[in-house]
Amino acid sequence: MKKIKLPLDKGRIKNLKAGEELLLSGLIYTARDQAHKKLVEAIKKGRKLPFALKNAIIYYCGPTPARKGRVIGSCGPTTSSRMDDFTPALLRCGLSAMIGKGSRDESVVGAIKKYKAVYFIAFSGCGAFASRFVKKRKLVAYPELGTEAIQALEVRDFPVIVGIDCYGRNILERKK
Amino acid sequence: MRQVNAKLIEDAVAALVVEANIVLRKDVLAKLSIAYKKERNRMAKKVLGILLENAKIAKNDKIPICQDTGFPVVFVELGQDVHIKGAELNVAINRGVLIGYKNGFLRKSIVSDPINRKALKYTPAIIHTELVRGRKVKVSVLPKGFGCENKAKIAMFNPTAKLSEIKDFIVDVVRGAGSDACPPYIVGVGIGGTQDYAALLAKKALLCPISRRAMVWQPIAKAIAKQSKLEADLLNRINKLNIGPMGLGGKNTCLAVNIQSYPTHIAGLPVAVNISCHALRSATKII
Repeated sequence: MKKIKLPLDKGRIKNLKAGEELLLSGLIYTARDQAHKKLVEAIKKGRKLPFALKNAIIYYCGPTPARKGRVIGSCGPTTSSRMDDFTPALLRCGLSAMIGKGSRDESVVGAIKKYKAVYFIAFSGCGAFASRFVKKRKLVAYPELGTEAIQALEVRDFPVIVGIDCYGRNILERKK
Repeated sequence: MRQVNAKLIEDAVAALVVEANIVLRKDVLAKLSIAYKKERNRMAKKVLGILLENAKIAKNDKIPICQDTGFPVVFVELGQDVHIKGAELNVAINRGVLIGYKNGFLRKSIVSDPINRKALKYTPAIIHTELVRGRKVKVSVLPKGFGCENKAKIAMFNPTAKLSEIKDFIVDVVRGAGSDACPPYIVGVGIGGTQDYAALLAKKALLCPISRRAMVWQPIAKAIAKQSKLEADLLNRINKLNIGPMGLGGKNTCLAVNIQSYPTHIAGLPVAVNISCHALRSATKII
């Protein structure tokens, strides 16, 4: 399995193929429904974003609280399609990848191709398993959102599969 | 009249919500193990292997199987010779949910205001209470993840609809869920009653064991056989959709189809489908 050090620049994204299994190490940002709404509102109003989107990776995840002595609780991916309406705007601002579960709509596939980005799928419904790969975490923004707050996770060898590559090849498409 | 202290119910619920979220149901685990052994598609087999590993980690580390610790749905079968004292039943249940979720490090996933999405909380639970014969209280907790709840559908068929139309509808709901809701799925189906009752039956069907017949208590043998066949037919068709574990293909799209039915009106035929992800969680205690 290919090991990938983050951040992921556009040059390396070109070498990733749909269906390929990867192990990611580095920083990823959690963001789901409400955080997406806030991020896109901030972009529209020209406000400063809580983290730099250029070459960043967003993980659609709302973890459970950590037990004492642990970094994080259960932290698998949530359904990506709920973020479809917001994703093209984030890709336009330089976001390089998203990690989630399930299919994406045409507008997202189009934006992935246009901005040379990539969509990863993580093992879904495996939050306990996923927690083993998270080494550190830090609150970045929107603490009022609780589990939906944006957090920076430092992951080591976090397993993902390339779901949609920058050429628009989609391993989930034929299954829909 | 048997006196039951509400505190007993509160404590039971607090323990059940944690158990359900951390220990995968035995029947689900057994089906996943069989699916793992039988699966030939390399990627599908790998995914099923990770699902089994995930269940083991969850149990050993006392960490939820899934980060979506669900909307707590509580089913109570209350013996009519029981008198609950000390607190209202619903208050005791919600207190139990709150304590269990908090102490078990489960997630706050409920917004008090569905439109403005404000005030994130652990409660209220969805509570379905049924009066039954006897002196016992049976409490079942089913924390329902919303990735799969979002894929639920209901259709009001004409009374003259063919069985094939009903089957097509059920299969289409699963096709629509595709890879989004964590396959392999368990499909709960409610047939008959009213619109609301069919939806409840579909949810209740998920509480039934998936390792044997869902409606073993139904007294009419012929009806059981018919329903068994319908469940088997649907399972077979769904598993030909080639969605597979995580949506990567393979023959394990669905672990089981459970149907519950009820008499309905001459003018209609409600059919509800409630999909569960592979992490179908529930736990029961009889007090």
